[in-house]
Amino acid sequence: MNDLVIPRRTLIAGGAGLLLAGCDRVAQIPAARKILFAGEDMHYGLQRALQNRGALAPEFRPDQMSPIFRSNGTRNPGTPAYDAMVANRFADYRLTVGGLVDSPLSLSLAQLAGMPARRQITRHDCVEGWSAIGQWQGPLLGTVLKAAGMRRSARYVVFTCADLYNGDPYYESIDTIDAFHPQTILALKMNGAPLAVEHGAPVRLRVERQLGYKHAKYVMRVDAVASLDGIGKGKGGYWEDNVDYDWYAGI
Amino acid sequence: MTDQPAPGTVIRRHALSTRIWHWINAIAIFILIGSGLGISNAHPRLYWGAYGANFDPSWFQPPHFPSWLTIPATYNLAMSRRWHLFFALVLAFGLLAFMIASLVNRHFRRDLTIRGAEMTPRSLLHDIREHLAFRFHDPARPAAYNILQKLAYALVIFILLPLVILTGLAMSPGMDAAWPWLLELFGGRQSARSIHFLCMAGLSGFIVVHLVLVILAGVGNELRSMITGKWRVPPAHPRKDTAIQEPGA
Repeated sequence: MNDLVIPRRTLIAGGAGLLLAGCDRVAQIPAARKILFAGEDMHYGLQRALQNRGALAPEFRPDQMSPIFRSNGTRNPGTPAYDAMVANRFADYRLTVGGLVDSPLSLSLAQLAGMPARRQITRHDCVEGWSAIGQWQGPLLGTVLKAAGMRRSARYVVFTCADLYNGDPYYESIDTIDAFHPQTILALKMNGAPLAVEHGAPVRLRVERQLGYKHAKYVMRVDAVASLDGIGKGKGGYWEDNVDYDWYAGI
Repeated sequence: MTDQPAPGTVIRRHALSTRIWHWINAIAIFILIGSGLGISNAHPRLYWGAYGANFDPSWFQPPHFPSWLTIPATYNLAMSRRWHLFFALVLAFGLLAFMIASLVNRHFRRDLTIRGAEMTPRSLLHDIREHLAFRFHDPARPAAYNILQKLAYALVIFILLPLVILTGLAMSPGMDAAWPWLLELFGGRQSARSIHFLCMAGLSGFIVVHLVLVILAGVGNELRSMITGKWRVPPAHPRKDTAIQEPGA
């Protein structure tokens, strides 16, 4: 019996291996790739339909926080310009707010810290699978965008960062629904202390209903735009442009 | 039942909705497991609770899955996710459609209802013995599912598949905002991730047993019944050794 069964099982395993390899071939076909990548739009549409605009990401108690919050991605931009900012404790740092706004802004850390702040203990979910819970504090992105007079024609908000990838600044973008979400803040503090370099000092975006790579660190510019075309390679972020990651990272 | 089909006659065994779902689901599960193993390779540590990362205690570290098991073959988390999240929709909406169809055409009620009498130790033990003897059909009701078969299908359709879908949703930060009860149900995102992995292991176990039993019951007849729906009723009293004769064949 075993002699009869095992070759067949081997055949099935072999066939399965061929099918798996076939998937890689399929992903090379432009039309198939387009269908596969349409999954992102479906999840984006479904989630936006199921979520209330202001539905909050879960928040936690201080005793539920991770003992150690690991860092990921860039741990130190290490450019001369960034090192100089670190050296004088970001006294010369300015956040530029521009694009489709009536009054472009250039905000110092003191000005940002003077705006009404929100403090929240939330879970950070890395695309790799791990989660860490930490406390974040800073002004609402919505407050900053309103102060700059964001125009109605804006559909996305783009964040340009101090860290470089292959010579170009890291960037990310979110839609205006997430930009004005009540938990979307420009965090200046983490766990009660000014942001550490490894966590994105001096300003890090928190967009709590999406995965970690959307939470841009070392934010230098915030631009309201009507379209993501022409920015980077047009897909809305460094990882989206270069490694096929989803722009909508709510899943 | 008195109108049981005679051995050797060909009957219509599986409804069109069952057959379509079976194959769509087979493809989806296959791709979901392959791409899921690729995703597991990105952070092969499992935790209980809301959070969990490298500095936190992990209850299980899945092995590094080799390239012949993962989609894509070479490590690419972004593409594994593309495959996984597209076919997650196929799996979830496919299951929903199958469940609705099977309520309407009474497939669940007719074929999968577990009766009290079948769940007695005596009945279960009898069915286990029959399986060990490679007798999978009750001669009196050859087209009906036996109790082990019913339990296996019910476990997959009503427990493992819904659980794998819900734990998958619980890992989505967007869905956690929309449906916070998902996290309460599973005790946190990292617990959901662990349960998701365990469901995958359970489904993989089912697939192995399912394929082995299809082979033992007769690939041709079983495969045809899931493609055209037609199934030949096996001999009423198969000789114990028909399936195991001629080991060198």
